[in-house]
Amino acid sequence: MLSSDELTAIAETPGVAKPDPILVTDNIVRSFGGLTAVNVHHLEIQRGIITALIGPNGAGKTTFFNLVTGFDTPDEGVWALDGKVMGKLAAHQVARKGMVRTFQLTKALSRLTVIDNMLLGAPRQSGENILRSLIRPLWKAQERENTAQAEQLLERFQLDHMRDEFAGTLSGGQRKLLEMARALMTDPRLIMLDEPMAGVNPALTQSLLEHVKALRDEGRTVVFVEHDMDVVRDISDWVVVMAEGSIIAEGPHAAIGANPAVIDAYLGSSHDQPLDLESVADVFSKEANDE
Amino acid sequence: MDWGQIFDNTITQMFGVQAVYFALAAIGLNVHFGYTGLLNFGQAGFMAVGAYGVGISVATYDLPFGIAVIIGLLSSVVFALILGIPTLRLRADYLAIVTIAAAEIIRIMFRATTWRDITGGSNGINDFSDGFYSLNPYDGRVSFGFLDYSPRQMWVITVGWTLVLLSVGFVYLVIHSPWGRALKAVRDDEDAARALGKNAYSIKMQSLILGGLFGALGGIIFALGQASIQPSPQDYGTAKTFFIWVALILGGTGSLWGPVIGSMMFSGLLAFTDSALRDAERADNIPEWLMQGVQVGQIRFILMGLGLMLLMIFRPQGIFGNKRELALDAQ
Repeated sequence: MLSSDELTAIAETPGVAKPDPILVTDNIVRSFGGLTAVNVHHLEIQRGIITALIGPNGAGKTTFFNLVTGFDTPDEGVWALDGKVMGKLAAHQVARKGMVRTFQLTKALSRLTVIDNMLLGAPRQSGENILRSLIRPLWKAQERENTAQAEQLLERFQLDHMRDEFAGTLSGGQRKLLEMARALMTDPRLIMLDEPMAGVNPALTQSLLEHVKALRDEGRTVVFVEHDMDVVRDISDWVVVMAEGSIIAEGPHAAIGANPAVIDAYLGSSHDQPLDLESVADVFSKEANDE
Repeated sequence: MDWGQIFDNTITQMFGVQAVYFALAAIGLNVHFGYTGLLNFGQAGFMAVGAYGVGISVATYDLPFGIAVIIGLLSSVVFALILGIPTLRLRADYLAIVTIAAAEIIRIMFRATTWRDITGGSNGINDFSDGFYSLNPYDGRVSFGFLDYSPRQMWVITVGWTLVLLSVGFVYLVIHSPWGRALKAVRDDEDAARALGKNAYSIKMQSLILGGLFGALGGIIFALGQASIQPSPQDYGTAKTFFIWVALILGGTGSLWGPVIGSMMFSGLLAFTDSALRDAERADNIPEWLMQGVQVGQIRFILMGLGLMLLMIFRPQGIFGNKRELALDAQ
């Protein structure tokens, strides 16, 4: 992980080069009809830290997530994970390369049990071949290892008491936890969380935040989309701001709050011009006269 | 009313040829819909492909019966690929539309005069089952308890029920494995499965092929039971597909024994209403203005529909389905 000194040494300009990027994207463009949803010139994601991707509604954050994880195809652009070019890979191939995502609307597999949800995440399962699946001894040992790992993760995410329940019976917050734990079963290098705190009650938010920090502390890279600025301030090492499909600013969260481009994007460019009190008073008195 | 006779007919049909081939086709549909969420409305097409694969191989090309069965099954794999390649990347509804049309197209093609030399056209194929019946070990009527079958029927039933048990065993093994888990994951949420590195397209294709193979087996047993293959709507038409759906829903989708028990119930109930209505009509228990003898065939399906409605209201998960699992589905 980078020390805070090294982080502050990075220039705060959009698309700035990082010392050790895990994901590098170039010229990613995606339009829907006449609307250009994403037009990101250059972005590097630093390895081993938590990067927050923020921006007003409709800024293209989720679309950008979909593009780099193979759930959508860009009109143009290239990107590379650890130097390996990822364009044209299907979503499941992206996941196998070590880049795993979660969804804004949690996708718990509700008619599978919690433990089956977890086991599904395990990579390279020999029992997933239909012919091998017929012969239990061929995959039993691997299944046992995966189960042990899954149980450890469930314990860490405080879901072990729900092990054999259908995932559909979990609360919203528990589903978020399950989705995160399940993603960890794939042993990802880069984990992309799409609004991990959305719809989670405040009591659980804190524990979710700790889990996200723990991901970084065990050496994984985290990118997350979030609207709650308290959350962003609390856990992110680096913040990237999108607006209208492009990256308008990046930097540590302290600097981002003061960045005029960001304030404009959120509040509009005239938000800080003083109201002319006399003209307001005129309007009121005129209305009063009319009555 | 001769209740003994009615009861007898019912039990005989519950274990008869119809129950067998319904069970095989419904096991296939259960793999498609119950475990993978694929909407296949063309199971009769898979049955037709299997039956004609066997029939054409034997009757037109004089191949041995064993080889013909393999060709019949392979043809259903090809049929599944043709249906699956363009549609499985799209939303679930597209497969439903394509299968319902493809099943009719295939039946009408088998019926067409253009290829009459190969397919028999509208006469169908009638001389293909000798290779199967020459293996028949039964040489007299077989009866035990209420059941009573001719030697030919008994041979089809023996082979058929053996296939049903083997199929259930096969499905049990693959569903209770990582492969089955991936299948159910695709059913519950395809994107979640893809995000975890599962190739949803390939999994759906495998499921379509596997379920289609069971459908083809059902078609072959059906053809052997009649010793004849007819390209008629009542044999391989859309209605046949929906009767198999009824059997599956009666038994319970996504359960191991549901399709088998559902098929037995479907056949048994049809036989029961048929015998009971005919008997009552003969004994003049039903007034003329309400129902006439010739209407029995239709009325038993009306009663069947009524029964299905009651089932959906009071036991929507079917006989064997899991109610809790069904409740989660709505979320």
